[in-house]
Amino acid sequence: MSRTGSVSSRHGDLRNLLSIADLGPDVATGIGEVMTLTDSFVEVSERANPKVPALRGRTVVSLFFEDSTRTRLSFETAAKRLSADVMNFSVNTSSVKKGESLRDTIETIEAMGVDAIVVRHASAGAPRQIAQWATSAVINAGDGWHEHPTQALLDCYTIRQRLGDLAGRHIAIVGDIKHSRVARSNIAAFTALGAEVTVVAPPTLLPPSLEGWPVKVSHDLDAVLPTVDVCYLLRMQRERMSEALIPSLREYTSLFGLTESRAEKLAQHALIMHPGPMNRGVEIAAQVADHPNAVIIDQVRNGVAVRMAVLFLLLGSGTEWGGELDV
Amino acid sequence: MAHEIIERNHGLDDVVLIGLQTGGIPLAARLAEALAQIEGVEVPTGCVDVAFYRDDIGLRPVLPEAVTDIPGDLNGRTVVLVDDVLFTGRTIRAALDALIDHGRARQVQLAVMIDRGHRELPIRPDFVGKNLPTRRDEAVDVNDEGVDLGEMVK
Repeated sequence: MSRTGSVSSRHGDLRNLLSIADLGPDVATGIGEVMTLTDSFVEVSERANPKVPALRGRTVVSLFFEDSTRTRLSFETAAKRLSADVMNFSVNTSSVKKGESLRDTIETIEAMGVDAIVVRHASAGAPRQIAQWATSAVINAGDGWHEHPTQALLDCYTIRQRLGDLAGRHIAIVGDIKHSRVARSNIAAFTALGAEVTVVAPPTLLPPSLEGWPVKVSHDLDAVLPTVDVCYLLRMQRERMSEALIPSLREYTSLFGLTESRAEKLAQHALIMHPGPMNRGVEIAAQVADHPNAVIIDQVRNGVAVRMAVLFLLLGSGTEWGGELDV
Repeated sequence: MAHEIIERNHGLDDVVLIGLQTGGIPLAARLAEALAQIEGVEVPTGCVDVAFYRDDIGLRPVLPEAVTDIPGDLNGRTVVLVDDVLFTGRTIRAALDALIDHGRARQVQLAVMIDRGHRELPIRPDFVGKNLPTRRDEAVDVNDEGVDLGEMVK
């Protein structure tokens, strides 16, 4: 069954989720709605049988042009818990290897009748391009250095679960900001919810210009740590670093890694977060990753519920038809 | 209605009250109060949201109103579903599916404040506050002060 028309949820018209800005003219309200819906899916996830029939007969295809374990598994688990069928497409075993174009790949998949396409691609903007070709809902699961909106949503949810409202909170995002789609989506989401964000990185790992970014910049992690409610560490993305941006990983760790002694500078309540996969011993010390305030496993657990909420909003919450009132 | 529930079940052993989001929740709470006054027993009370079980998902905006909260395991219990208005029966159908995911209740009974008719499924209530004949296009609203009947504005 393919979708007709666009999905209209309470906050407006959500057809695809390509970036945090897609959550509506009032991003905070949009995020709030996803959070509320996520509460329900967290309850579903805690059941002995964590499955609901909401998206029976719908098909979700995961189209990953880049390596991923957790995001892919998370989306697949989410779709299966909603009773949707999941199709899997991995580039390494596909006809993309034989030279098929992206557009032909999308048209072929759509011809099989899918309702949602979850895309990860190394090029920024690929999901938006796909959304222009596709009639099904497109969800960005990470595109190059651009955005990773479901990661930001699950991070907001995890923070809210532990600390309550994000408004007025101070969040440090530490590490390779330049290459990080997680940082871009999180900055958009955190600031929309009223949090103050400081990015902490060596100058070489910051984008050439931060003009227009609603953030403060620091190169001194030790000075920032005591003031934050959340210390968000990014992975050192060795695969994206084509040039020598840091002298060595050891030097990075000594200045920007969350070592045990640095973690002691954090406030009692401050959370330690990481989008995974972690390089223990590089951006985060092995012992710090297992700290009681490290909510990295919570992030993964909430990720499934948040993605269920996103899939349900896009595929299940209604159509423009509106329907008749039913009590 | 509380007396009827006690009579039907020969007491309140293993009885659980489950209110349907949202109208059934205050009613379930008031029933629990009444049962406590009559029998001196605290009946476990919970609520269920049927949004993910509806048969009209994708046809109209369907979003949960609140988080489902089932008090413990329902295996072997007698569940009394509580709702304010019984109409097509589709919500109750969804609620039955939702309950089954929380265990195999020994039996499920249905208590509604208003039965307004127009059933579309073979579902009937066990306990009814009031039968209220209506037209299909009328709207029924139950609140603390009583029941409002109005025209649906299109």
